[in-house]
Amino acid sequence: MLDVARIKTDFPIMEREVHGKRLVYLDSASSSQKPNTVLDAMDRYYRNSHANVHRGVYTIADEATTAFEAARARVARFLGAGAPEQIVFVRNATEAINLVAYSWARANLREGDPIVVTEMEHHANVVPWHILAAERGVELRWVRLTPDYRLDVDELERLLDGAKLLAVSAMSNVLGTINEIRPLADAAHAAGAKILVDACQSAPQLPTDVQAWDADFVAVSAHKMVGPTGIGALWARAELLEAMPPFLGGGEMIRDVRLDGFVPNDVPWKFEAGTPAIAEAVGWHAAIDYLDALGMDAVREHEKALTAYALRALEDRFEGRLHLYGPLDPEVRGGAVSFLFDGIHAHDISQVLDEDAVCVRAGHHCAKPLMRALGVPATTRASFYVYNDESDADALVDSLARAEKFFAL
Amino acid sequence: MPGLEDLYREIILDHYRSPRNRGELAVPPAYKVEGFNPLCGDEVVLYLDVDADTGEIRDVKVSGQGCSISQASTSMMSAAVKGKRLSEVRQLIRAFKALMSIHESKLEGDATGIDDDGLAADGEDGHSALDGVRLGDLEALQGVVKFPVRIKCATLAWNTLQQGLDEAAATSSTG
Repeated sequence: MLDVARIKTDFPIMEREVHGKRLVYLDSASSSQKPNTVLDAMDRYYRNSHANVHRGVYTIADEATTAFEAARARVARFLGAGAPEQIVFVRNATEAINLVAYSWARANLREGDPIVVTEMEHHANVVPWHILAAERGVELRWVRLTPDYRLDVDELERLLDGAKLLAVSAMSNVLGTINEIRPLADAAHAAGAKILVDACQSAPQLPTDVQAWDADFVAVSAHKMVGPTGIGALWARAELLEAMPPFLGGGEMIRDVRLDGFVPNDVPWKFEAGTPAIAEAVGWHAAIDYLDALGMDAVREHEKALTAYALRALEDRFEGRLHLYGPLDPEVRGGAVSFLFDGIHAHDISQVLDEDAVCVRAGHHCAKPLMRALGVPATTRASFYVYNDESDADALVDSLARAEKFFAL
Repeated sequence: MPGLEDLYREIILDHYRSPRNRGELAVPPAYKVEGFNPLCGDEVVLYLDVDADTGEIRDVKVSGQGCSISQASTSMMSAAVKGKRLSEVRQLIRAFKALMSIHESKLEGDATGIDDDGLAADGEDGHSALDGVRLGDLEALQGVVKFPVRIKCATLAWNTLQQGLDEAAATSSTG
């Protein structure tokens, strides 16, 4: 198990007080906090080695390039990618999915081609396909939810018939539901479709192996896994990246430019136009080192135990008055816990919690199709990560009890 | 730090628990307008029955869903505008926005809303908009200003009302 007391001391923001109270940060599904090692790595890079990457012959430019490419190799290893060249640095998982939509999908999909999307996707894995549907006339087909908040895979074979792509999250940002990717990939491939996996929520919490998944595209963000904002990655099979046309044009992504045209660079640089987020790549490297030092298996066990504790505590204290949205079995879910009280709006709950320095998210969590499927306008979501322990879950429950009393009819 | 009682005054909670003028009106003769807060999913639906001869809001009904502030503000707004003439209602909208520290000149980026020091002339604008307008219970919503992220909850109903009046006016002038 993780030594959370020690981990908390690695994150300087955990010393922060808000409204005179200890910060109880329960919004890591939205963005995680950063340990000293990440902050120090980025600071050290800017103070000692900053220069633009890939072109300078001087020493610090070489250092910057080496650090940037070392980060790519580190991300590749963390995700189980076959080679660093299969990692395209982007701003975040949203951009990674858009890159697939703009490059691969526009080159390969025609009017009427079906794309299978699930009802539990984040808008990042919905809207790019809506845009494509409006522009190209592709057909969106939806995998629905079962009553126990899982994907209704009984319908999958029918939905995948003739489909070109299955776009699915490995873990719901609202329900916490873990979607086993390998069987989904097998089903997609059997139907002749590719599979794109939004691993934004799962990569911070579960060991990731894109090859064991047999995925085609995988999107991740650094900032949810104790890394900095502003950087993420698209992993894709080498042959897919090779065949994909460039998305953004500019510096770095070219081999040659003439008056009558250009020759693109090799992958992955073909997709990295303009000066990239170098310091952020360095910070992400340090973040992955941090998580791997904890051990992703240990992180998963911690998430499971703490989520189980929190679910039990919520049920015990509030019984039928609080509705949980997501699987109750910790084995099949991650650390994002969504709930609602009878007659109290999610925003009002989070307002009371803020007074106790308990940071939770209230709203639709960028998953409005899912909210509609659940029949609710919004939920409150508490999400637990490596620096949270049972005292944070207790603080949540105590503050919720205060909120319930405050709004009691 | 402002406390919860600044935000959730008793009269606000009362309107949230027992909202006034809930329901629908037949369209037409009533005019229907919907407002959404895309960030939080709050929604307000207004039905306005305006007497074309007197310019008076004969009846108003509201539906929708959202947090206590948005729904209480909607309820209080409906009670405040019912039976009022449109000119009075527009004045009330301006006064309510001033209460929320929102001034028309600032919103529209009008240079006259900015004094020589580059600061918005809050006091002056605020008072002129509030002059002679009785806000009554609505003043209970003033505490919302201390919670800036919640101002949009309080103004949703009023922006929707303004939109409805503007649309209705455009329809009747062209129709």
